Amino acid sequence: MSSLTVAQPLPAEWRDFLALTKPRVMTLVVFTGLCGMLAAPVHIHPVIGFTAILCIALGAGACGALNMWYEADLDAQMKRTARRPLPAGRMDRQAALHFGVGLGVFSVLLMGLAVNLLSAAILAASILFYVVIYTVWLKRRTPQNIVIGGAAGAFPALIGWAAACGRLDLLPVLMFFMVFLWTPPHFWALALFVETDYAAAGVPMMPVVAGARTTRIQVFAYALPMAVVAVLPWGLKLTGAIYGLTALILSLVFVGLAVQVGLSKQGDQALMKPERRLFRFSILYLFVLFGALVADRMLLV
Amino acid sequence: MTPEFEAEYRRRQKARAKVTALALGAMVILFFAIAVVRMH
Repeated sequence: MSSLTVAQPLPAEWRDFLALTKPRVMTLVVFTGLCGMLAAPVHIHPVIGFTAILCIALGAGACGALNMWYEADLDAQMKRTARRPLPAGRMDRQAALHFGVGLGVFSVLLMGLAVNLLSAAILAASILFYVVIYTVWLKRRTPQNIVIGGAAGAFPALIGWAAACGRLDLLPVLMFFMVFLWTPPHFWALALFVETDYAAAGVPMMPVVAGARTTRIQVFAYALPMAVVAVLPWGLKLTGAIYGLTALILSLVFVGLAVQVGLSKQGDQALMKPERRLFRFSILYLFVLFGALVADRMLLV
Repeated sequence: MTPEFEAEYRRRQKARAKVTALALGAMVILFFAIAVVRMH
């Protein structure tokens, strides 16, 4: 009881540790990882498959925790993030660092010991990439920060495939580039019509730094190669017509919406309908595209 | 240290201990399952 006689803050709740892992971001990461695994031409034992997905989720959680640890000052300046455990003062910064590092090391070790070394190596690289390259180095330095963040979010498809096969092929690399090229139009469409306080916090987001016109052109500039990469697996005969036709139709719609965004001159955020349509469709796009890929590969294999 | 503060402190400690125990228990089961799968 003597330890309680000294004035000290309350310990963080377990929910605060859970919040550090950014569970909503984790769902997309788990989905793409699972699709990478299921698209692989090799059967993976359910226990090993579950372990691999768990490791991907824990690795993503580690990224979230370390991101919140490093950006606590920035989070405190923005309405959307000011209630997070660190800026709200519900948790000690050191605890967040220990939690993030512990989770990251554990996820890589478990992946290496239970699944295989290649998937563990890619998982480690993706965590380091997200934390060091994206969070610490480039996020506050370039308006292309979303592109770099997109690369970090694209790794799980590679990890899922590597967990099943123990090697990498062309298809998971194409899946990586699909997510990588999908991220900028998805995020910038949102950034155009949502009022953010990134500028006040000193983060150079594209619409703030380069303006709406340049951002709209960049949305289209990324949507075009994304559509090409999405159809490539069919063109290279890595998938059948189920995926091919789905990818073709979805990508044509995506590019069509991106063209509308590119041509729009609307300055009032409340009236940015093309941007809203593209953002909503982009979420559906990735889920249906990857779902069709898995369905196609399962029928093919 | 008020009694309310101490009660809240203990409640949080207890909740964290329970979640940690559950996570460790789940890990034990998972490691056992992995060991069985790897042996076969």
